Parts: sequence; C-alpha cells; structure tokens
Amino acid sequence: MPFEGKPLSPQRRRFLQDAARASGGCVVAGSLLAWLARDARALPAEALRPPSALPEREFLSACIRCGLCVRDCPYDTLKLAELGVDAVATGTPYFTARDVPCEMCDDIPCVAACPTGALDPSLDNIDDAKMGVAVLVDQENCLNFLGLRCDVCYRVCPVIDEAITLETAHNERSGRHAMFIPTVHADHCTGCGMCEKSCVLPEAAIKVLPARLARGGSADHYRKGWEEKEAKGGPLVEGLIDLPDRLPGPGTDNLAAPGGFAPAYDLPGVGQ
Amino acid sequence: MSARTHMPVGMEAIQEKGWFHAHKFLLLRRTSQLLFLAVFLLGPWFGIWIVQGTLAGSLTLGVLPLTDPLILLQSMIAGHWPELTALIGGMIVLVAYALIGGRVYCSWVCPINPVTDAANWAHRRLDMPKGWQPKRSTRLWVLATVLIVSGATGVIAWELVNPITMLHRSLIFGAGFVWAMTIAIFVFDLFVSRHGWCGHICPVGAFYGLIGAKGLLRVSAANRAACDDCMDCYAVCPENQVISPALKGSPGSTPLILSPDCTTCGRCIDVCAVNVFNFTHRFDDEVAAPFDPVSAPDPRAARPI
Repeated sequence: MPFEGKPLSPQRRRFLQDAARASGGCVVAGSLLAWLARDARALPAEALRPPSALPEREFLSACIRCGLCVRDCPYDTLKLAELGVDAVATGTPYFTARDVPCEMCDDIPCVAACPTGALDPSLDNIDDAKMGVAVLVDQENCLNFLGLRCDVCYRVCPVIDEAITLETAHNERSGRHAMFIPTVHADHCTGCGMCEKSCVLPEAAIKVLPARLARGGSADHYRKGWEEKEAKGGPLVEGLIDLPDRLPGPGTDNLAAPGGFAPAYDLPGVGQ
Repeated sequence: MSARTHMPVGMEAIQEKGWFHAHKFLLLRRTSQLLFLAVFLLGPWFGIWIVQGTLAGSLTLGVLPLTDPLILLQSMIAGHWPELTALIGGMIVLVAYALIGGRVYCSWVCPINPVTDAANWAHRRLDMPKGWQPKRSTRLWVLATVLIVSGATGVIAWELVNPITMLHRSLIFGAGFVWAMTIAIFVFDLFVSRHGWCGHICPVGAFYGLIGAKGLLRVSAANRAACDDCMDCYAVCPENQVISPALKGSPGSTPLILSPDCTTCGRCIDVCAVNVFNFTHRFDDEVAAPFDPVSAPDPRAARPI
C-alpha cells in the first residue's frame, strides 16, 4: 500500500471534487450553448442580410446586435430578429424582400452605421452589393412566360437592363407572338428584392434567394471553348479539319431520306 | 437585540431615519436604471435621438460610440477583429468601469437588476428557503465556458441567451418572447435559487467584477463600531459574503468592502439604522471612532428555529 500511513489532504480532495463538479457543469452548459450556436447559423432562405454583410458564419462572429444599422435605414427595411418569432439568430438585422425591399441608398447608411465591420465598410458602390440573387422561380405562373407583357420586375429593377433583361422567344402557344422572358444576370443582381416586392402575383414568381440556393457553381477546371478561342484569336488545337454541317433544307439529303426532318419555319439564308 | 433581529428587514432603519432616507440609494438606483433606459427609448418613442442602439453597442449624439466589452471580447475570440469604432467604444466602457468599479453596471445600469431585485424582495417576503446555492465562483466558470464556446463555434455565444441585451433590445426594438425569458429569471431567483442569476450565474456580472476589481467607488463600514448586529445588511445584500471582512474585521483591518463581487448598490447604507456604511473611495480606509462607548452587546439569545 503506497499511501499507507500518509493520509491525503482533505483540501486536495475537496479541490479536485469541486473542480470536477464545475468542469462537468461547464461541459453540459457549454454543449447546450454550442448547440444553440450551431442552430443560429441556419439563416432562413427568405431572410436577407443588409448590404455587404459578411458571410453568415463570419457575420455571427462580428455582429454585436446593436441595431444601429436598423436605426439608420431610412426606409425601415431592416429589422432585428425577435426571440422566438423570427427564425433568424435573435437580435441580428435582416429584411424580407416581399415586405420591404432594400432601396439601395447611394450613401449606404446601414453599412456606415455598423461599428464592428459585420457589414463590410469596403463596399462603396451599392450596385456591387450581393444581398442575394433574384430567381424567376415559377415559370408556370409568371405572366411574361404566359406570353403577356407584365414586365414589372424588369421595370422596377434598379439595375434595369443589366440585372434583369427581357429576352425574346417564340410564343409556341399562339404561334405568332414573341414572349419577353425576364432574365436575371447574377453578376449584376444586388439582391435588393424590388422585383420580388413588385411581382403582381399574389405569391411572387420571382424571388430573391441567398446565393447558396440561387446559384450553381462551375468546376474550377472548366473552360469555355469559345471564350478561350476568342482570347487566343484562333483555333485552340491547330490542324483540325472542319467538316461541313448537315443542315436541314432543300439540297441536303435530310429531306430526301424517309422520315427526314423538315423544319416548320424558314431557315435564314435559305430561299423563301 | 433579539427583538431587533425579528423585526422585518429594514423596519428599524425606517423608524430611525424615515422611509425616504431608508430607501435613498434604492430610489437613486431605480432612477439611474430608468434614466439609462429612457435615453435609449427617447428616440424610438418620441423621436428625440440622443442615443441610438442598445446596451450591446450605441452611438450617443452621433459622436460617442460605446460597445459592450464582453461582447467584443467574444467577437475577437470567435475570430473577428472589430472595426475601430467598436474598439474605441469598448475601450471607453472598459476604462470607465475599471475606474469606477465594474459591478456598478450591475446595480445602476443593468435592466435585469430590477427583475432579480423584485424576485429577491418577494423571496424575503415569502420567507422562501435559499434553495440551490452553487459557489459564487460558478459565474467565472460560466464566463470561461462562454469564451470557449465562442472560440469553438465562431459565434458570439452569450448573445444567444443573454437576458440583459435581449430585454433591453426588446424594449427598444420589439418584444418577441423575451418576456418569457424575463419571467423565467424571476421565477428562478424566487423559487429555485436566492440571488441565483446575478449572484451566481451571470457571466456579464462576473466579467464586470473582474475588470472593476480595483475600482475607486467603494462602500466602507467606517462606522462599524456602531453595528448592533441586526443583520439587515446581510438580508438585503445581493452578495452578502462581501460584508463580513469589512464589518467584522479585526481592529486595524480595513473597513472598506474591497471584494470585486460588491455591486456598490448602497442598499446596506439604506437599511442600516445606525449608519455603519457609507460610500467612499478605495483609499479612504478611515475607521470612525465610536462617538460614545457602546456597551458590549448582550449575549445572543437562543433563537427559535
């Protein structure tokens, strides 16, 4: 018996017991807190952060939830998430585009008001903001997709003709009209939400989504051949032979062959 | 004397000094708490923008930034280096409370203080058992846990649950379910644990206690010779472990309450019928000589339990 005749100090025992109790309690409390913290990072898709907000994970390490951005927002767009009411991390600023969209003030007062840099002060042109990306989510109900001329999302876009353009397409239903398809260009879209706010449908057909939902991503190694070719000013691989394309139409064997394809329209450049 | 210990807490002081003087610092403190709330509310309620923001971070008159230093500390540990405005604001608050005394925040500013004070008042009136009493050092462990979780998750962790900023923000920006949280703290302090929240758990109080450990504003038991052992100060003090070293110290020991746990609320001053305590600074360790020789107190009569 190594300890025989040498009683251990009761203070030491007490200290070890207390330390074990306290650390045990802290592990339990800390785990709960960490679980809450993990939960807080899940930002609902319809909640948009103010302009130049850091990516969500960094934002939650930077935003002290003071509400100064909310105070300086002249259009009452921003609000602070309320405990148990909004699914956004409590006390942090956000806006819902369908309720009040961002008016994209030139002087970006919300960013100027942020004391901590949770809203990155390096943003000096509101057109460079990336609060989200508009997506025309419902092509079946969008009036323009039905062949009508609603165009409201296009007209209200603060970056009109860059962030949203109208692309013409043939109207298959009527057979003789054009459709004007609202088309979002993510590079120019700030995610302000004016389009979503203004959509005339009871439930908006165009919605601003966070980029993580709205966008795919190209693989790093992908190259667009036609861009590379243009940049090089010539074919990428020398000595390739280019066979003539077999076009449908008179003079090709396409029509002669049984079951050959005859287009319903006239090809450009082919005699009427 | 045993009759005195059986009087309701504070009754003797009211008889001696009158109700007003027996509640002087309590009233001052409530006024201070209301004022701090009012300057934040003047803007949203009446459009008079003296202070914008909340206790977490604010801007006074468009020039003076103030930031909660504990939130900033968590932010830095979580991996974000704040902009200069927030750092300056945090330094101002830090220096101010380090000079005055950190836990002045707890008793004169914090909006949760009236809630826990009310719970403790009800606790006394209902003669509740003191309940679960973890060690006073528990809050330091909580503080350490909060900092560790902030670092591990990259989220300002205490702001997920901090009832102080939540209550303050809810009053200024809109409520949510913060009222439920406030009631929970009231019930916790009333039924589960006497002085449970502010005295044992709140890491904000622990943090301010640490930074204000050498604060100038102190309560002194300068007139401790006059103490008649009525125990009223122990009954009202939210951190009553701080009293004995000053009040019952051996001759020659300092009469100053130097423990950083003391919230300098001044309630002991109010409630003392013989004016043992007074506010002073930490270098004033003068002990008042008894103005007339007090007879030795009667031996303590056995109290029925």
